[in-house]
Amino acid sequence: MERSQLLRQINSMRQSLFDQGLLDEQFVQLEELQDDANPNFVEEVVTLCYCDSSRLILNLEQALKKSPLDFNQLDSYMQQFKGSISSIGARKVKDQCTLFREYCTAGSGEGCFRTFQRLKKEHTALRKKFEAYFQLKRQAGPSQVASRPK
Amino acid sequence: MENGFSSPRSDVFPVGLRVLVVDDDPTWLKILEKMLKKCSYEVTTCCLAREALSLLRERKDGYDIVISDVNMPDMDGFKLLEHVGLEMDLPVIMMSVDGETSRVMKGVQHGACDYLLKPIRMKELRNIWQHVLRKKIQEGRDIEGHDVFEGLQILRNGSDRYDDSQFLRVEELFSVRKRKDVDKYEEKEFGETCSTKKARVVWSVDLHQKFVEAVNQIGFDKVGPKKILDLMNVPWLTRENVASHLQKYRLYLSRLQKENDPKACFVVGMKQTDSSLKDGDGNFSVCSSLGVPQTDVTNSSFSFLGDNFLHNVDSIGCEADRKRVVQEQTSEPKRAAATELIKTRCTHMKFNNSFASVESEGKLVACYPWVEAPQMKLKQESKPHQVQINQLPSVSSISSGRSATEKDKGSSIESKDCSQQMVHLNPPKPPTDSFSGKAKSFNEINDHFEPISTATAPLGVKNQNVIDLSSISTDLGSGFPFSSFDEDLQGYLIQDGCYPKNLEQIIEFPDYGDPGIFTEGPTHLYDAMRFGYEYSYDPTEYPVIDEGLFIA
Repeated sequence: MERSQLLRQINSMRQSLFDQGLLDEQFVQLEELQDDANPNFVEEVVTLCYCDSSRLILNLEQALKKSPLDFNQLDSYMQQFKGSISSIGARKVKDQCTLFREYCTAGSGEGCFRTFQRLKKEHTALRKKFEAYFQLKRQAGPSQVASRPK
Repeated sequence: MENGFSSPRSDVFPVGLRVLVVDDDPTWLKILEKMLKKCSYEVTTCCLAREALSLLRERKDGYDIVISDVNMPDMDGFKLLEHVGLEMDLPVIMMSVDGETSRVMKGVQHGACDYLLKPIRMKELRNIWQHVLRKKIQEGRDIEGHDVFEGLQILRNGSDRYDDSQFLRVEELFSVRKRKDVDKYEEKEFGETCSTKKARVVWSVDLHQKFVEAVNQIGFDKVGPKKILDLMNVPWLTRENVASHLQKYRLYLSRLQKENDPKACFVVGMKQTDSSLKDGDGNFSVCSSLGVPQTDVTNSSFSFLGDNFLHNVDSIGCEADRKRVVQEQTSEPKRAAATELIKTRCTHMKFNNSFASVESEGKLVACYPWVEAPQMKLKQESKPHQVQINQLPSVSSISSGRSATEKDKGSSIESKDCSQQMVHLNPPKPPTDSFSGKAKSFNEINDHFEPISTATAPLGVKNQNVIDLSSISTDLGSGFPFSSFDEDLQGYLIQDGCYPKNLEQIIEFPDYGDPGIFTEGPTHLYDAMRFGYEYSYDPTEYPVIDEGLFIA
């Protein structure tokens, strides 16, 4: 059936997000929070997160254009960003954040730049995956319940 | 944002716990809100610290607990924490994505009752009601009366055994008097003993120093808790903490003035090389009537002076403990004072056998484990509160130069570790015969101690310095100094740690949690301890616990 096929597709998509290390346990927490009162909770949170984190990315870009670099400022922005994306369990992105902060501490502008580029890439890639995922979910209808990873 | 203004729900606690969440991250705010709602809490969110403060101020009883992120754009999370602690005295939980120990420590130092790391799990939020309950219990202890305790008992006994009406009652009980009660409390007469305890404040040496400086700056006659609090600039300190400490301090000072007669001095000298003690030579002593000079007290030894009876105890271990005690004095200043002076409920006094070696000087060094009283919850029923003095020889030399029955006593004295350390000051007689009916404060113990050397008589100690404190404490009528301690003892026992093992004499002090005991409180004792003052104690009073001696 189309629907069951759809459901399978959704599940496998979801599973691959975990398998590829893009998402972690926090995402499961979000899923568990979703209920009848908030049937689209996960999507809402992800959307909100991306909205907020994009703003923070802009801040970071601005700060990285400064010369000389203000590492304290960069670190501060990055901490905010990290806090934000940690809310949805974006693991790979979070790892880049940690790395970025280490470079800030070390005072390595080069390291910061490199890491930031990687971070943006991961951030965007994940967003695309989410978009596809949620689209399928909407297609499947509100009764769709994600299976929990074991 | 939801309207968080509501009165306490009548549901079963912790359902309906009113939480204020403060976080500038909208995603987290949304998630936390959902999580807390799932815990059946009532949630109010806000993304600015200032907004949070105004919400809190608008309705002081509108929230039970605050959860705040450390990094806020308009105000440092720690500052918010301070404000909430000072103004509203609500439990505050900090959150951050940064789990660095120094940050966490800062949070705790500023008074956070917990520090959560993001990402936060549901189960962590489920338990936050414990902080609310704990605080209520602490506050509840301020209130005399059994209702609160009963209510708490109900809670403790398990909610499933009671229906909602019981909990409703608990909730009502929880809406207890707040600081105004503390004010009333301050006005209580010294003689009163309060069975309730205030929230504990550790009046460390540094803290007390700040306090004293503030007082001096303001001018002692013009001093008031609010002024002191403002000057001290200690964020987590509440006005009531200062108020009770001030009261003790006043008592202490008045006591100092009173005690001019050296004979009236009950000297308990504690030499501490502990830097935390402001005392130059680390010596604080309570002057016994015997007027034993403090110089007798050797460093790092607690001297229990009486009639040249100074027993130097190697208190190295004691020092460490003392330090700990000082730092761990979470209870009111009373406690500090009390610990310094045996005055506080001395539940255990341990004199080690090593005491004997010291006895050469005839000095009885009492280590006041007020710093750490191993589980000093002396329940009257559970512990005899025996003050067992090892090495009574020194004791006997105290005061009236009792003969060195210490040796005899020594045999009766056992050195025990930790909680079992007891100093048998007197034979386990009811205090009645030893104390005139003046038991007021632990201070009397000092007198009491003096007798250890001599006067065991009042203590009913002849050649046996064994005091059955439990009997003492139960016998208020007899004026036994400990009589009032019963509850106090429990409150005052220092709960932390064991007495230094190498402390030859360890005097366990009751937990000073109970401000009641210390109202009379030897604030001066506290100072003395710190500054090596000698606390003069009128020996004639000694069955009576000197109110002023208690350091609360």
